[in-house]
Amino acid sequence: MREFFAMGGYAFYVWTSYALACVILAWNILLPHRVHKRFISRLRRRLTQRTQA
Amino acid sequence: MWTIFHRWASPPYFYRQSTRLLPWLSAICALLIIAGLIGGLILAPSDYQQGESYRIIYIHVPSAWMSLFIYMVMASSGAIALIWRIKLAEVMLVASAPIGASFTLLALLTGVLWGKPMWGAWWVWDARLTSELLLLFLYLGIIALYNAIDDKRRAASAIAVLALVGVVNIPIIHYSVQWWSTLHQGPTVTKFGAPSIYIGMLIPLLLMALGFMLFYAISVLLRARTELLAREAASRWVREMLEEA
Repeated sequence: MREFFAMGGYAFYVWTSYALACVILAWNILLPHRVHKRFISRLRRRLTQRTQA
Repeated sequence: MWTIFHRWASPPYFYRQSTRLLPWLSAICALLIIAGLIGGLILAPSDYQQGESYRIIYIHVPSAWMSLFIYMVMASSGAIALIWRIKLAEVMLVASAPIGASFTLLALLTGVLWGKPMWGAWWVWDARLTSELLLLFLYLGIIALYNAIDDKRRAASAIAVLALVGVVNIPIIHYSVQWWSTLHQGPTVTKFGAPSIYIGMLIPLLLMALGFMLFYAISVLLRARTELLAREAASRWVREMLEEA
């Protein structure tokens, strides 16, 4: 197990690459998801305001 | 074929179908990436020259492929948007740009992290690296131009033109390792004849590439749906959908 994490002495380069991939991919899912949800709730609020008016 | 294309180009149909498609795409994408990681990090043997450091390949190469692929998708959508004025093509073009920029950045960063232990330098100004950096600036330029123009339909036409002009960079990136002498290694998979990479290393690479491809599909659908709602906010199908839920 320790050998696996050591990556033959290249641990820093290999694991930083995988960590960067993780961060960049997560950002590309979480951000659009949040923007979409927020936009839907804004549209819905506008719709209820208009029906009440 | 054309009827399918026409149906998908209709915003309400696209929105409804993508809602149904997203969970399936996510499940398959997760499976592919997990299988690719197990294959690439654990099962694949170490390289006889580069030791364990070559395992960066499973991030670096798929993201570099995606950086080119997404650009080609954007250029094609740009052409469709300019010729037929199809709204969905504009939306796909806009939604793809940040994802393409992300994959380009990831390819550059992992390249830097691979270059240091193998070449002894974080960065060299050779043809492959410079043209890929230019691709990142193209993506960022497209995003900036779109945000600078208020009328979103005019903005989409402007970035469609920019995306089409930038296409000249794509073959330059691809053939750069053959046209100019470089530190970057030549192609081992995308060349004519059999790939010169060991099969146990190739399979995880292809799994990761497929996984990244599906990841792009998921991310672009998520963004395209918001963009579509923003443009169609006043239309009846959006109102009906909001009232339904």
